[in-house]
Amino acid sequence: MSENSPQSLDKIQAPVGRTSLHALHLELGARMVPFAGYDMPLQYPAGIMTEHLHTRTRCGLFDVSHMGQVRLVPRSGAVRDAALALERLVPADIGGLAAGRQRYALLTDDNGGILDDLMVANLGDSLLVVVNAGCKVADVAHMNANLSDACEVEFLEDRALLALQGPEAEAVLSTLLPEAREMRFMDMRRFNLDGQELTVSRSGYTGEDGYEIGLPGSFADEFARRLLAIPGVLPIGLGARDSLRLEAGLCLYGSDLGLDTSPVEAALEWSIQKSRRAGGARAGGYPGATLIQNQLDQGAPRRRVGLRAEGRAPLRGGAPLFLPDAPGVEVGRVSSGAFGPSLQAPVAMGFLRADLAEPGTRLVSELRGRAVAVTVSAMPFVPATYKR
Amino acid sequence: MAETRFTKDHEWVRLEDDGTATVGITDHAQQALGDVVFIELPDADRELADGESCAVVESVKAASDVYAPLAGTVVENNPLLGEDPSLVNRDAEGEAWFFRMEPNDPEQFNELMDADGYQSFLETL
Repeated sequence: MSENSPQSLDKIQAPVGRTSLHALHLELGARMVPFAGYDMPLQYPAGIMTEHLHTRTRCGLFDVSHMGQVRLVPRSGAVRDAALALERLVPADIGGLAAGRQRYALLTDDNGGILDDLMVANLGDSLLVVVNAGCKVADVAHMNANLSDACEVEFLEDRALLALQGPEAEAVLSTLLPEAREMRFMDMRRFNLDGQELTVSRSGYTGEDGYEIGLPGSFADEFARRLLAIPGVLPIGLGARDSLRLEAGLCLYGSDLGLDTSPVEAALEWSIQKSRRAGGARAGGYPGATLIQNQLDQGAPRRRVGLRAEGRAPLRGGAPLFLPDAPGVEVGRVSSGAFGPSLQAPVAMGFLRADLAEPGTRLVSELRGRAVAVTVSAMPFVPATYKR
Repeated sequence: MAETRFTKDHEWVRLEDDGTATVGITDHAQQALGDVVFIELPDADRELADGESCAVVESVKAASDVYAPLAGTVVENNPLLGEDPSLVNRDAEGEAWFFRMEPNDPEQFNELMDADGYQSFLETL
């Protein structure tokens, strides 16, 4: 047998990096794979299916320390100055982001493409930005080149990042950080635990309630072991992380987002708040603003949609999409797909001619030379359970 | 007792008393693939060239090809795998056989690795 590689974990470079939890992964029996320059756990002995379902029903702990954490410290001392500076690079409203809150944003380029997607939190005295592993070096250079007049760009390479996700995440984290219980979805708070500074947000990449926890790398192993000792907590690898985010309708940079996708094509208009749109208080002013505003007004020629294929064989990234009565004419393409363990059915997302993007539209794809019926589906495929 | 041989692509082949060959994937392959969610098998009467891609195993993450270990004609495929593909994770070298085939040249079977040879091969990976 051999693996043909239409999988989304294919952003592979030489495996040089190790996170602070590397030894723990090996001890837990993880199958390690190279991912974005790191040796990361694809799955633990429980397997992707069990890990996925466990996260939906109880609580999963993910090591996402390969991701980049960056602090933007305003030179003026006023966090709003850092926020307004960052607005030069993203179409999201950062100036209006209250202290203790977090927001999803996109780094755009001059062609309206997406350089990266990221989370931006207002820590009160600075901004905390979390970016994708594969983009982090370029992102830091980009921020240094464009924001240095207003902020100091601190690349927090010595900090780890864990995600605790699932319906029991609140009860689990509260045993160590009782006040985590009071947080709502997209809140961000600093905690002190045993003299260690933790940055905790109530957010994640699974569609479940949960937290992402930034902490010193030197404290990560001990903290992870304390969480894993709590009944109901299972370590979860990148395999289940991908199937969970796909069922939740969340984008993966490099598969669903990239330089050739605009925020409007990617159906991420909600990440461009009113203040940054035409007529808003701080309209435009980010790379690609003219093109993106144009698409906000008139729509884009193609749009990201959810896709459900008939049968059990998953469509993978790259599969073409056709109209049933015009099998020769490609109208779209799958960007990422997998088997959804919660749905016990294949799930995918892809980019489709905008006039066909309505849920319910019937399409055909091709899998190993055979036609497969596909239906455009609303996302998320599995309802989100965020604590709003 | 029917003899079982192995390929470097992690298939097993059992030569039955009636001269047909039963084909499946090894326990090692099953473990490497992880949770199997779908298996596409060759239909009866399909003629297979030696090494031809003839089945696909889909796990949550990826699709993997299975190659014909011998040249010949498919006699039947295993209907149990359509109903429950995860059977391959539980019993890859038993109940979860993929298909039975009529080899063109029964001598070709003897060129495959025996159990010891396959074990040694696995240790080189």
